[in-house]
Amino acid sequence: MADLSATGPARGAMKLSPANWFMVACLVALAAVPVAIYAAGNAFWLDIATRLVVLSMAAVSLNLILGFGGMVSFGHAAYLGIGAYCVGIPTYHALFGEFELIATNSGIFHVILAVVLSALFALITGAICLRTKGVYFIMITMAFGQMIFYLFVSLEKYGADDGLVITSRSEFPGINMDNPLAFYFLCYCSLLAVLYLVHRIVNSRFGMVIQGAKGNEDRMRSLGYSTYIYRLAAFVIAGAICGYAGALLGNFTSFISPEMMDWAASGELMFMVILGGSSAVFGPVIGAALFLLLEQLLSAFTVHWHLPFGIMLILTVLFVKGGVSGLLNRLGRSNG
Amino acid sequence: MDASLVLIQFLNGMQLGVLLFLLASGLTLTFGIMDFVNLAHGSLYMVGAFFCASLTFWTGSFVWGLLLAIPCTALVGFAVELAVIRHLYARDHLDHVLATFGLILCFDTLTQLIWGPEGISVPLPAWLDGQVTLLPGIVFPTFRLVIILGGLVVAGGLYWLVNHTKLGMLIRAGASNRTMVGALGIDIQTLFTAVFALGAVLAGLAGMLIAPITEASIGMGNEIIITAFVVIIVGGIGSMKGAFIAALLIGLIDTMGRSFLDDLFKLVMSTEAAETSAPAVSAMLIYILMAIILAIRPQGLFPPKVR
Repeated sequence: MADLSATGPARGAMKLSPANWFMVACLVALAAVPVAIYAAGNAFWLDIATRLVVLSMAAVSLNLILGFGGMVSFGHAAYLGIGAYCVGIPTYHALFGEFELIATNSGIFHVILAVVLSALFALITGAICLRTKGVYFIMITMAFGQMIFYLFVSLEKYGADDGLVITSRSEFPGINMDNPLAFYFLCYCSLLAVLYLVHRIVNSRFGMVIQGAKGNEDRMRSLGYSTYIYRLAAFVIAGAICGYAGALLGNFTSFISPEMMDWAASGELMFMVILGGSSAVFGPVIGAALFLLLEQLLSAFTVHWHLPFGIMLILTVLFVKGGVSGLLNRLGRSNG
Repeated sequence: MDASLVLIQFLNGMQLGVLLFLLASGLTLTFGIMDFVNLAHGSLYMVGAFFCASLTFWTGSFVWGLLLAIPCTALVGFAVELAVIRHLYARDHLDHVLATFGLILCFDTLTQLIWGPEGISVPLPAWLDGQVTLLPGIVFPTFRLVIILGGLVVAGGLYWLVNHTKLGMLIRAGASNRTMVGALGIDIQTLFTAVFALGAVLAGLAGMLIAPITEASIGMGNEIIITAFVVIIVGGIGSMKGAFIAALLIGLIDTMGRSFLDDLFKLVMSTEAAETSAPAVSAMLIYILMAIILAIRPQGLFPPKVR
């Protein structure tokens, strides 16, 4: 079993730390519980689980640059939006004609388009953002995110701020996307793949340079690494993964609007990462789960759930260092 | 595109510009001195607008409403600094961003609980509500002109405050070396609180001035705050002069782009293509400008000398 939560060089392959046991338990539960509840006749929790898995992918990709690279990107939801519109726009044209070049329901095409366009957007904006540091970087990524938001708001053809209904889901050979279980397992396997990919990236030489540049950029540079290029590559990879998650999210909601790439959405992704703990690859998944759980519980309790949520966010920042997985790690260390 | 329309849109751009300056000056002050990123700055803009609306109805006069709303907004700024912001100065920017994001959620919901989900429109007194003739054939709403002049007066006042008063001297000293100012026996905590409240008042004032034109509504600050961020990025974070010039520049470019870009595009492409692409490009215009300026000068137009 791979050691997905290690940040340094991989520890003993067979010895699982408490945090890793927790991760394995979570992943098994994620595979079994929603399906069992669905089989018992309740579709609601499978819906929540699908959203959780898709948003986890986005949060894990954000954590690659935020947690490991120290690049605080506040525009990450833009990639979710780009990915979703890469499903929405081709299916729109497949139904209503025009732009024959992209008018298709093919899922492979949608995914490739989403990944390529997200990577391209990340490349262009990243090339500019990464010339700056600190608070400039936060604000500029945020501004570029809003730029994409306003771009889609101004596109009357695709529903502007009223959004766009995806009439038919992407078609993949051999997968019935309209079957909730099949769709869930596509998302779940994608999450496993993304977790594995990010784990490999973080523990590779490339990942070491990224983490080194977070700790001390001058030192990495004097060691001969062109940190700008490494960071840009990480930024592009994170964007591409999130674009893929966006394509799945568009398929899942069947309705996309610019709202999903609003800066509040980016803030929520960041909160998932921080809540779960940004020093572990798996952390954002816990964060996303807690976020969705909070959202469900609080919104069942009051329509003004943003108030207790906001207060909890502030309290988390003030008092919980390292997020939930940091807490778990500390518990594990004090026990053993 | 005739000359009078250009002049009117120029003035509209100026009006947006001075509002952006009021917001950006507070942001750039708190960043320059406390090294603090405040996403919730737009919430103070909203709070100012709502206070002004309520107090206008209570006193029956917009001017009294505005004058009374200023200390109320300062009080809110003071309370927020005391309860949350104060504990964050020593943290990194990521913590600032997350905590103030939480503040935005709290502010938006609290405002909705207190004032209701509907926007509140603010009535103007008759002497502000009319139009003035600037040149023969060119009329412009009086109140918008008042906003421009008021904003320029506040900008002048800030310039005087920062460059010619004791408080201003402390502010400038704090911006270049906080630790040293503290070591010289200045109560740095009080200075921080004062500066934060000042920023809150400036943001609130912008909200009060725009309320009669748009109306006070939930989340009104969340849109304009991003533009204010673009302003301070373009101007150079921490620079007052940069904030002023960039605010007017962004205000003018945004307004002019939205009104005249399609006419410009029609010169080089078909009418249909121009009408589809112009709104999309004008929505992105200020961000494109920001990207170009950053590509040339990563620290903005007027980076502060000492940081």
